[in-house]
Amino acid sequence: MFVPCDRGGGSAGSDFKGFTLLMPAVSVGNVGQLAIDLVISTLDMTKVGYFYTDCLVPMVGNNPYATAEENSTELSINAEVYSLPSKKLVVLQIRSPFIKNKYRPFCQTLLSWVKSSKCARVVLLSSSHAYQRDDEQLLGTPLRYLLTPDLEKAVGGLMQELKWKEMEKVAAYPGINDTEKILHIPGGGITKLLFTESCSKGIQMAVLLKFCSEGDNIPDAFALVNYLNEWLQLIKSSVSASSTDASSQWKVPSSWRLLFGNGLPPALF
Amino acid sequence: REVGVLWARGSGAAGEGSAEEPFACSKFVVAVGHNAAAFLSSFILDSVCWEVVGVVKLWNEWCRTSNTTNVLPTDSFCLFYRLISDPTVLLCQCSCYVAEDQQFQWLEKVFGCMQKEGLQVTILSTCPVADYKTQESTLTLPSPFLRALKTKEFKEQVCCPLLEQPNIVRDLPAAVLSYCQVWQIPAVLYQCYTDVIKLDTVTIEAFKPLLSSKTLKSLVKDVSESTKILKKLLTTNETHSNIYI
Repeated sequence: MFVPCDRGGGSAGSDFKGFTLLMPAVSVGNVGQLAIDLVISTLDMTKVGYFYTDCLVPMVGNNPYATAEENSTELSINAEVYSLPSKKLVVLQIRSPFIKNKYRPFCQTLLSWVKSSKCARVVLLSSSHAYQRDDEQLLGTPLRYLLTPDLEKAVGGLMQELKWKEMEKVAAYPGINDTEKILHIPGGGITKLLFTESCSKGIQMAVLLKFCSEGDNIPDAFALVNYLNEWLQLIKSSVSASSTDASSQWKVPSSWRLLFGNGLPPALF
Repeated sequence: REVGVLWARGSGAAGEGSAEEPFACSKFVVAVGHNAAAFLSSFILDSVCWEVVGVVKLWNEWCRTSNTTNVLPTDSFCLFYRLISDPTVLLCQCSCYVAEDQQFQWLEKVFGCMQKEGLQVTILSTCPVADYKTQESTLTLPSPFLRALKTKEFKEQVCCPLLEQPNIVRDLPAAVLSYCQVWQIPAVLYQCYTDVIKLDTVTIEAFKPLLSSKTLKSLVKDVSESTKILKKLLTTNETHSNIYI
């Protein structure tokens, strides 16, 4: 459930009517979550509340977006909500894995919150196992999108203009019967469940995902967030659009230090 | 996987906490893990000033809570003690591992029985120093050492530096602190980074700076008692480490 930071009156921070909810799926390489970190850090978003749930493994730490001594002591938990009213953007960041058997309850709680807070649409950032691609998917862009029917009506045309590729469906029974196609997002965590639930509940949802593998997923996060930016235009993209230029406009949060371990013991050498 | 919390009310009448009125609580000290629990046993708890008022029963792949209240710090148990002279002071020693799918249950069942107004929570826990992320190598760190995390509402002085990013805390201590942050309860967590996994007096003594904190100052018992208990702990341990002699 959503619990606002400020209990007092005038909690303008928790009125999300007409906002776009941006959130990650806990998926392969944690790309969605890394991309969300970049969005929150670059746009300097304000924390407006917590998503108090029994579906995620608990964790706490100090402010991951700290820029100075003063703001580094704010406690952060495993699921928090940030907002930027000027861009009508609300972001949910998820920082820990799901507890067994809790996918469905989480999806239900989340979608009922989306409905009750009257968010206009949901954008889910996710990823899928790169090794599951077929021959055609190995060529070309590793980025894909999906739209629920309700959002298809609104922005389907824009996707065509951007020349984005829709996530292909795969055969339900490969090798046996190739005619029946289903949506299959291996490594996507709650992506498929959330998407199918949104379709049936008439929620406008877009899924943006990247094919990737576990490893150093920072470049994947940049690719995904730039993909998102092509559509939502959260930051000004540079004219030359070369990959190195685009990456430098996103601010890397201070918590991304030491992702691959501590310093080496001098005695090793 | 059910977590059972049994409270003794008034004159020893036991019953499920949920059916009763929430009791007033001003200080709640939780010690998670053997070393933190032993710290409370050595420096704060005794059988004269404190009485057992609650017990948690649970089972998971790592442990099963013991059935007695006469426990050694090396056992797996989760007991609640109340200060007889001030029944709003509650202490919890939780040396059993609470699995991730049980942590929420533990929180709701324990905090569900307390009034949250005027409550302040202190959590003590330990963690391997190898988990500590820092620019230098962990070999050169002066372990054991303390780090703290506090909720927004906690305004007192902390007894050690705050936990630097990108370090995080997990499991039950994280669950309790998250709960306090969300529901705006002042709370502080003291995490001791140590390189000893078992019960160890050096690790236990690393918590000593907390004895001068506002919360624990009034609860500390006689120093000579503490040294006796610590010595006893040391000897009980040693009998088990004779295997390679």
